[in-house]
Amino acid sequence: MGTKELKKSNSNHFTKIFRNQIFIPLAALLLLALFNLIADPSFFKITLGYNNLGNPVLSGFLVTILDSGSEVAILAIGMTLVTAATGGQDISVGAAVAIAGSVLLRVLCGRDTRPETLQAPIIVAFLVCCVVAMLFGAFNGVLVAYFKIQPMVATLILYTAGRSIAAWINNNELPIVNDPSFGYFGGFIPGIPIPTPFFIAIICMIVIGLVLKFTNLRLYTQAVGINENSSRLNGLNPQVIKVLSFVILGLCVAVVGLIKTSRVSSINYSVIAKDIEMDAILAVALGGNALGGGKFNMTASIIGAYVIQFLTQTLFKFNVKSTALPAYKAVVVIVLVVISAPVVREWFSATMKKLQTKEVA
Amino acid sequence: MGKESALLEMRNIHKSFPGVRALQGVDFTLRAGEVHALMGENGAGKSTLIKVLTGVSGYVKDEGTISLEGKPASIRSPQDAQKVGISTVYQEITLCPNLSVAENMYIGRTQSVYQNWKKMNEDTEKILQSLEIPATATQQLESCSIAVQQMIAIARAVDMECKVLILDEPTSSLDEQEVAKLFKLMRDLKKRGVGIIFVTHFLDQVYEICDRITVMRDGKLVGEYEIKDLPRVKLVSAMLGKELDDMADIQGEQKAYERKKDTAPVFEAEELYSDAGIKPFNFHIDKGEVNGFTGLLGSGRSECVRAIFGADRVLGGKVKKDGKDIKISKPIDAMRQGIAYLPEDRKIDGIVGELSVRDNLILAQQVLKGFFKPFSKAEANKFADEYIKLLSIKTASADTPIKSLSGGNQQKVILARWLLTHPDYLILDEPTRGIDVGTKVDIQKLVLKLASEGMSVTFISSEMDEMLRTCSRLIVMRDRKVVGELSGDELNQTTIMNTIAGGDR
Repeated sequence: MGTKELKKSNSNHFTKIFRNQIFIPLAALLLLALFNLIADPSFFKITLGYNNLGNPVLSGFLVTILDSGSEVAILAIGMTLVTAATGGQDISVGAAVAIAGSVLLRVLCGRDTRPETLQAPIIVAFLVCCVVAMLFGAFNGVLVAYFKIQPMVATLILYTAGRSIAAWINNNELPIVNDPSFGYFGGFIPGIPIPTPFFIAIICMIVIGLVLKFTNLRLYTQAVGINENSSRLNGLNPQVIKVLSFVILGLCVAVVGLIKTSRVSSINYSVIAKDIEMDAILAVALGGNALGGGKFNMTASIIGAYVIQFLTQTLFKFNVKSTALPAYKAVVVIVLVVISAPVVREWFSATMKKLQTKEVA
Repeated sequence: MGKESALLEMRNIHKSFPGVRALQGVDFTLRAGEVHALMGENGAGKSTLIKVLTGVSGYVKDEGTISLEGKPASIRSPQDAQKVGISTVYQEITLCPNLSVAENMYIGRTQSVYQNWKKMNEDTEKILQSLEIPATATQQLESCSIAVQQMIAIARAVDMECKVLILDEPTSSLDEQEVAKLFKLMRDLKKRGVGIIFVTHFLDQVYEICDRITVMRDGKLVGEYEIKDLPRVKLVSAMLGKELDDMADIQGEQKAYERKKDTAPVFEAEELYSDAGIKPFNFHIDKGEVNGFTGLLGSGRSECVRAIFGADRVLGGKVKKDGKDIKISKPIDAMRQGIAYLPEDRKIDGIVGELSVRDNLILAQQVLKGFFKPFSKAEANKFADEYIKLLSIKTASADTPIKSLSGGNQQKVILARWLLTHPDYLILDEPTRGIDVGTKVDIQKLVLKLASEGMSVTFISSEMDEMLRTCSRLIVMRDRKVVGELSGDELNQTTIMNTIAGGDR
């Protein structure tokens, strides 16, 4: 009798975990880790070395995942909100990062493209970059909210034009920042061997966590995403909420723009943050969030972002050519997304339940 | 096929959902050529039974047998159901609004790749004419009124030569003439040997058209009756599972209306009109008064209250709250003035489906409180528990998504949402539509109780006796215009009918 009850409560726990949205990205992460552990444990090797500036740095695949994955994670925060509120995705994120980075460099370098010293404090440049990125976000948001254009179509405009705008901001020149402190944001802070982008991502997560806790952003966004009519009749302004979600994504874009330009202390308009919007959207999907809008789970999206980077690094490890990478990635992503689809999860947990009851019987 | 032979037999049907035993050993028998009413309160299991019968996904029966004309039938999808001759017309229109009428009639029914558009349109035109449906084949479905859309859905089912026709509350959006047309159609089908399952909340209609009644309660079968053996009172008490004295309580509440001279009305509108096409109207309501807008479907009664709440775009007119001039251009303006509005269409304008009962309940009050001041979890839970208890909302927990509640309970949550804002003036637009008798009485009683505590309520209902029971003054509308105001002795069916019809002449 006792064991039976125990078993039952166990199975309840099991289905509870299984139904939790975080389960899928976590399981995918575990699976990838397990695969690497069996295939080649050297994947997990982390070495402490010194970079060319003489600072201690950690290196290894895991460190790279934390490093690059953080960019996707930051964007996933904004993308989750846009997805929830509008039921669509912003595909102009990569181009917007180019614009943000270009603005940042423009302010830092001033008239001269390669000045010896910074022409403006980094914080000022970053704030200007934030404002510009949020304005572009608002532009997308207004198209979606007030002109009722499908998000993907609306953001297609900036997707197409963004990189040209970015190049135009600097008269198509390539500014280079010489100040080493600018390199800290995308690299390492002297004395700290963990890549800075990870800390920036943590800050972003804490900020969004606090915002979700101390404001009604979650409730309003979800309500608007699920039922716009009803939201309006309950006193909300759905248009404002939608624009707000794009503006927040704009802020995320500015942060990633800072990291991206800091990495090379310069910019390559056509390559910077290329295809990063797809990774961000995948992170949202992998987190089990409905791409049609409505309820969302921020933690799941963020974990999803790191899972995608984990996957990319795994493929790199096994010497998949960078040109062939997207194809491999696509296959894995299809599997993951199908597994995380609510339909499949329902079916899976139902089957699990059946198996459990049979066992008990 | 004899008239008494069983066309459809459902035996010992069981169906459970997590936490709910929706059907527990239900039997249902439909004979050819009969109209069979399926009755029960919300949550009785009517909808579940229908969904099991029509193979809606997620509604596969756990146990039991279904047989059609004596042969076991396996129905796994709505397509299967259609193939064996079971057609359903739901309460909510399930057609495609952006396609033409003809396309809607034939969608999913042609097997060949080639489509003869001309013939399709001609055939549709014929069907429309034979059923006297005021629509043309090439018209976009969206441009038809809800009632006409409903009739097209029925025409579609009829044209598919079904043996079993399920009508799930088809009359809730039809006016009397349209109902009469539908009944004529149902009688025609009866003669042709079609078995019709009729789900409705209108008792009059049951007694007008049905041959038999099956009553369900709490997922169980109460019984199957011949219509002549079951007087109304017995039907109602069978549905509720208790003797019904409650209905009597509610009567005799209305008094003759006298305008109190000394105080300003709680709310006053002058020459108010909106972009929804209503003529400018004057309106006022006193503290503790219950009044109502009445009129036929489409007469503009909902549009009036929507204009008051700012739900439609207000184009002109003055409004006053407690004697002071105010401006209402969007719902939040009205909410800040202590006005609450329960919308007519629960599904489209009311519930936020995937969100929990708790979130749905606190939504309006939360919006009033402000973006930067979310309720703590404890506060939200306190509100939820309080109102779930107060209105006896049947839900597994406050965390349950509202969409998995029955219609009546969803409506109670929306009502609770507005009560939580403690309004001075509450507008209820069809709060009892598609809701079981028990909940209806609950809501009527609640309205009167709130009014006695000083709240002003405007009540709109398609059911006249409900209006008579609750309102002390009725504003009568015809063709989007206010045509009269009745109170005191004038509040009786005949006077109202005459006013609606323009019977002064």
